[in-house]
Amino acid sequence: MSLRHAACIAGAFEHPTRLAPDKTTPQLHAECAAGALADAGLSLADVDGYFCATDAPGFGPISMVDYLGLDVRHTDSTEMGGCTYIQHVSHAAQAIAAGKCRVALITLAGRPRSETVMRFRPGAPEQAFEQWVGLTNHTSYGMCAARHMHEYGTTSEQLAWIKVAASHHAQHNEHAMLPKLVTVEDVLESPMIADPLHRLDCCVTTDGGGALVVVAPEIARSLNRPLVALRGAGEATKGPSGGLGLDLTVSAAARSGPAAFAEAGVTPADIKYASIYDSFTITVLIQLEDLGFCAKGKGGKFVADGNLISGTGQLPFNTDGGGLCNNHPMFRGGITKVIEAVRQLRGEAHPAVQVPNCDLAVATGIGGSLGARHGAATVILERLS
Amino acid sequence: MSDRKLPAPQPNAETADFWEAAADGILKIKTCGDCSEAHYYPRAICPHCGSDDTRWVETRGEGEIYSVSVMRRGEGAPFAVAYVTLAEGPAILTNIVDCDHDALAIGQPVRVVFKPTEDGAPPIPMFTPRGG
Repeated sequence: MSLRHAACIAGAFEHPTRLAPDKTTPQLHAECAAGALADAGLSLADVDGYFCATDAPGFGPISMVDYLGLDVRHTDSTEMGGCTYIQHVSHAAQAIAAGKCRVALITLAGRPRSETVMRFRPGAPEQAFEQWVGLTNHTSYGMCAARHMHEYGTTSEQLAWIKVAASHHAQHNEHAMLPKLVTVEDVLESPMIADPLHRLDCCVTTDGGGALVVVAPEIARSLNRPLVALRGAGEATKGPSGGLGLDLTVSAAARSGPAAFAEAGVTPADIKYASIYDSFTITVLIQLEDLGFCAKGKGGKFVADGNLISGTGQLPFNTDGGGLCNNHPMFRGGITKVIEAVRQLRGEAHPAVQVPNCDLAVATGIGGSLGARHGAATVILERLS
Repeated sequence: MSDRKLPAPQPNAETADFWEAAADGILKIKTCGDCSEAHYYPRAICPHCGSDDTRWVETRGEGEIYSVSVMRRGEGAPFAVAYVTLAEGPAILTNIVDCDHDALAIGQPVRVVFKPTEDGAPPIPMFTPRGG
């Protein structure tokens, strides 16, 4: 069974808030659900499949299904960290292709700026050997960057260009957390957080969320919205695997990306727009290599000199400003990657960053800890006429 | 070393031998009687081939830095997080301590040093630059 054109993304909504002290997290889920369903021209009563990750309040999807007032015949709480929602698009398409649901709602929300959120569950087998190390995402991704620099001569200036490109896009986004244009010098002069990553190499932390509505193709055709179809999907996980053959310069996207391209029957050269998960600048660089936009080790040269800036660069990326400048709700940037890809394919991105004739896009992400255990999910999305 | 609080390890059926050796200043890993490959962190079942014939072996406690990142902000900073590739093969996620954080480099030789946690709890294996 192929997922090519098995489902369409009919609704997409990014919550405009970046700070929500006076709302609850379930409330944000509900506002995102309402926004995405309104975007699609559907209602809660049309939803027969619900997807959330393990960060959603309560006991898996059960609490949220009841809170939202849904009546569904399919649920999925697949967890892959920040890239979960990219994976959920694929899993929703699988469920639709199997006849298990026809209108799948995917929601994410959280308030890491307004409340303490639990990010990891205790009891992982590696816990006793790693909890004392103080491995934050900063040092985890910092080690990946340091190794990439060691092996390939990648520079902080090259990484900085990824942030600069994101800021070029964020300046047009009225909701962006960091709408100010920054320069390579600004990045390099920002405080060192975890060598070699500076503060401006890191994504923002935001309250907020988003939602997607994935539907059967015949339903999509009945709605008054541009047709955005799934064309291919891939997923993978990667870890230290017992400590042999550790390679921090390669991510699980080296498997999820080629799998998605193979299913889609297209190549990176065919892609008009790319949503690339950007928890840190190095996250983008490694995924660009792993997806085949450039050879391994050439990512630094590829991203330099504004090559990711829409309108001037070869590969427009994260035209909403991405996690680096716009939004990274609940420490999870996967859903906003899909949402901006949908905007681009519909022609609904900000005019200053809209890619002309954007008919093929990729959304890819990393979840978990790139320097330790992580997952990757990739979808190829297509505008159908 | 910084003033980071070091949580006491919680030995279990799979890892008790590791922590007993740690209390004696010995870094143990596991190797497989079937595929002969070593692994870390230690498991009952070999992650390389699935065999249950895994055996404890003592390491020399020496290796070199595979990658390192110094946390410069937040509680307990600065401290160095690193992967050390042991002479016996596996890489171990750890801290580099008792060192000049600005002089740490990939490829640098290091040796194990056990750092105390709470009273009565096993110490934990960190690494420090060797020689020079």
